[in-house]
Amino acid sequence: MKTFSNLQYLYYGIATVLAALLCVCVGSVNVPAPEVLQTIASMFASQPALDGVSAPIILSVRLPRVLCVALVGAALSLCGASMQGLLQNPLADCSTLGVSSGASLGAVISIGFGITIPGVPLAGTMIMAMLFAFLSLVVILSLAYKLDYSLSTNTIILIGIVFSMFANSIISFIITFSGDKLRPITFWMMGSLAQSSYQNALTLLLALVFFGAVLIRYARELDAFATGEDNARNIGVDVKKVKLNVMLTVSALMGVCVSIGGTVAFVGLVIPHMTRMLSGPGHKRLLPASMFSGAIFLMLADLLGRTALRPLELPLGVVTSLIGSVVFVYIFYTSRKVR
Amino acid sequence: MLEVKNLTVQYGALTIVDNISFSLHENRWLVVVGPNGSGKSSMIKAIVQNVPYTGDVLYKGQDVSRMKPAVLAQKIGALSQTNAVAYSFTAGEIVRMGRYSYSQGIFKRASGKDRESVQKALEMTGMLALENQSVLTLSGGELQRAFLAQALAQDPNILILDEPTNHLDLVYQKQVFEQVRKWVKQPGRAVISVVHDLSLARAYGTDVMLLSHGRIVSAGDAETVLSRRNLQDVYSMDVHAWMRKILSQWES
Repeated sequence: MKTFSNLQYLYYGIATVLAALLCVCVGSVNVPAPEVLQTIASMFASQPALDGVSAPIILSVRLPRVLCVALVGAALSLCGASMQGLLQNPLADCSTLGVSSGASLGAVISIGFGITIPGVPLAGTMIMAMLFAFLSLVVILSLAYKLDYSLSTNTIILIGIVFSMFANSIISFIITFSGDKLRPITFWMMGSLAQSSYQNALTLLLALVFFGAVLIRYARELDAFATGEDNARNIGVDVKKVKLNVMLTVSALMGVCVSIGGTVAFVGLVIPHMTRMLSGPGHKRLLPASMFSGAIFLMLADLLGRTALRPLELPLGVVTSLIGSVVFVYIFYTSRKVR
Repeated sequence: MLEVKNLTVQYGALTIVDNISFSLHENRWLVVVGPNGSGKSSMIKAIVQNVPYTGDVLYKGQDVSRMKPAVLAQKIGALSQTNAVAYSFTAGEIVRMGRYSYSQGIFKRASGKDRESVQKALEMTGMLALENQSVLTLSGGELQRAFLAQALAQDPNILILDEPTNHLDLVYQKQVFEQVRKWVKQPGRAVISVVHDLSLARAYGTDVMLLSHGRIVSAGDAETVLSRRNLQDVYSMDVHAWMRKILSQWES
């Protein structure tokens, strides 16, 4: 067993900051790192920014985007790691389970039917996304339980796929009859993290800190779940309570992510899987480590999407799906050998 | 110590365990036998709250279903028939999870008592040498011993074992049965186990319960319960003659 000390969190932190710096520097216009740091420092010191075009690019476009991407990556990865532990299933993730599609459906309904909370932009969409994420999770898991009490890997994935199709078809249905709401819906669906604002970043940060703390608090219970739900109960875990709380927390966090960044597939699948090789399977280390790796991965994926086909920009979901589907197949084949 | 009253388990319209009542006393080892599908495992699962049931399961007069899971885990330790782990925890980590009910929360460190119980459990099951090995590389029998060690590490008063030796070779089968026999003699302890091998049931059980179609056919001392007539009724074959025939091969 590899040891994983607090020092490694420091390495993770440094790697995350370096990745963020790289992503702010590189793009359609390359800005040298010292200039970026100077610009950011001047923002905090509320001094007038440096002259030239780089300051607005850095401060009002790249920095909020990189922050949002990093936070979404961390949140998705954390959700994936938690669900994989809870369901003792290495292929579980909000995108494979159909929770992301469910959350999208909630968001589209809120935009299509104009469900908003006055004065708080995005809140209506966010709450509907959270609600639908949780409802999807409940529907998917109860269907899976009905079919196969042991909740085997294949059953859940199959039901997740079917549920995703179902949710997506309803989304298409709503779009077809949306009339004048067509534009805002399409805008939201296409709107990746490219138009991120500091307000979005702050919302994501608060959600991640609060819900992340809840999930990490359940690290030992998730360890127990990873050895089977019946076994978790045998050693004294309050299975019902923990399961409900983890599901609620994951849904809420997913709701926030999806309402801000749309669906980004496979991050929650790939990253915890890779992180587990470094940190070991214990959730006390796996969950925080997954957050760091998720942030780094998604920032780099976003960078790749922005720069690979310049001046064209690949949507973030395309990059992650491309990498994720290959890794999915790999995990699926290797995990079949596992007892 | 443990009292089971009118226990019934139904899956849909199917009644698997049909109105079973019995009580378990200190230092007794109740062995549950019966053919496949007779409801042995379901009865055990109901007692450890892993399947829904009707009726009452009382630990020292207390309704087990109303006890907090962590409190219950300190009274009753259970080994399931099958265990699977999806991730590469070490055998030692699996066993240490058995101490969960004594130290919840992520900031608690293992106490001296925790370490002592884990150490003892590893020794009893012969898992010391495999402590740092990933469970993904363990054989079926080794994995079963790891989970038995986990249940022992809980320091329970009652140990409930569903076919504790079905994956074990003869050496460990003997070791586990001998160790459990020693374990149950300590004050305040008792064991229930499902066993398929009737010879083992007879050799080790202080009490035997014979199940068929979810009902108790006979319960009491081994001699009476495992009579030729009872077994003939339940297994529809002359079990005594078969056992003798199998074992006679070893004479000479």
